[in-house]
Amino acid sequence: MTAADVPLWAALPAALLLVCGGLLTVVGSLGLLRLDSFYARIHAPTMGGTLGAGCVLLASMLVSTALAQRPVVHELLITLFILITAPVTTMLLMRAAILRSQE
Amino acid sequence: MKRRPRVPLLPVVLAMVWLLFNDSLSAGHILLGVVFALLVSATVRRLRPLPAWPRRLHVAVGLIWHVFVDIVRSNIGVGRVILGTTRRQPSIGFLRIPLDLRDPHGLAMLAIIITGTPGTVWAGHDAASNVLTLHILDLKDEETWIRTIKNSYERPLMEIFE
Repeated sequence: MTAADVPLWAALPAALLLVCGGLLTVVGSLGLLRLDSFYARIHAPTMGGTLGAGCVLLASMLVSTALAQRPVVHELLITLFILITAPVTTMLLMRAAILRSQE
Repeated sequence: MKRRPRVPLLPVVLAMVWLLFNDSLSAGHILLGVVFALLVSATVRRLRPLPAWPRRLHVAVGLIWHVFVDIVRSNIGVGRVILGTTRRQPSIGFLRIPLDLRDPHGLAMLAIIITGTPGTVWAGHDAASNVLTLHILDLKDEETWIRTIKNSYERPLMEIFE
């Protein structure tokens, strides 16, 4: 199973999705540099965590489906776990910041 | 109005997770998954005595689609703010929204949807007055935000969980 085995119909969209996901994550991380307050910065990394990760997972599904020649949807689990864990950290940070600013 | 059948959320999700983990739909794995899901649900009941019994799952399909579209749109929105053609800082701000949704599972889902969407973060919820505090990256039009949260997210969640 090498890269050459991936058929074109899967490789092209997968590559495109990987580039999109990477770009979204880079822009999200760039936000940490460009935005000036904590409350603004907290919004930036969510980009990489949602659509950025989503693009990469979709690309992974495409390639593994093409290689295994049957639908492979493991990646849905990663989506589920990201979805239920990432917001918890963000909310904790947010609540901590609010409590600190009230002191 | 006829009450629609409710679905026990935890065992169903656990069984699906088991099948996805094993990447198999064979009878053996379905049986194992169901047994595993029921055992875990029974154990967890002691820790969390309030099970979720959502109804009207067809509403959830529409909600998931709506959330997906909103996530894509707000990704573009936040990206534009960050790359900002003019080098200005966004107008951040808190927004308080009175909610009608009371169900704890519905509120948890609302928290995940709001925080999972770039540009908005759940900043607090007052259980006594049922007022939600939101933090928004680019707060321009408060009315639109309130309308989006109440109509697109809160109403379907109330239909599903209450």
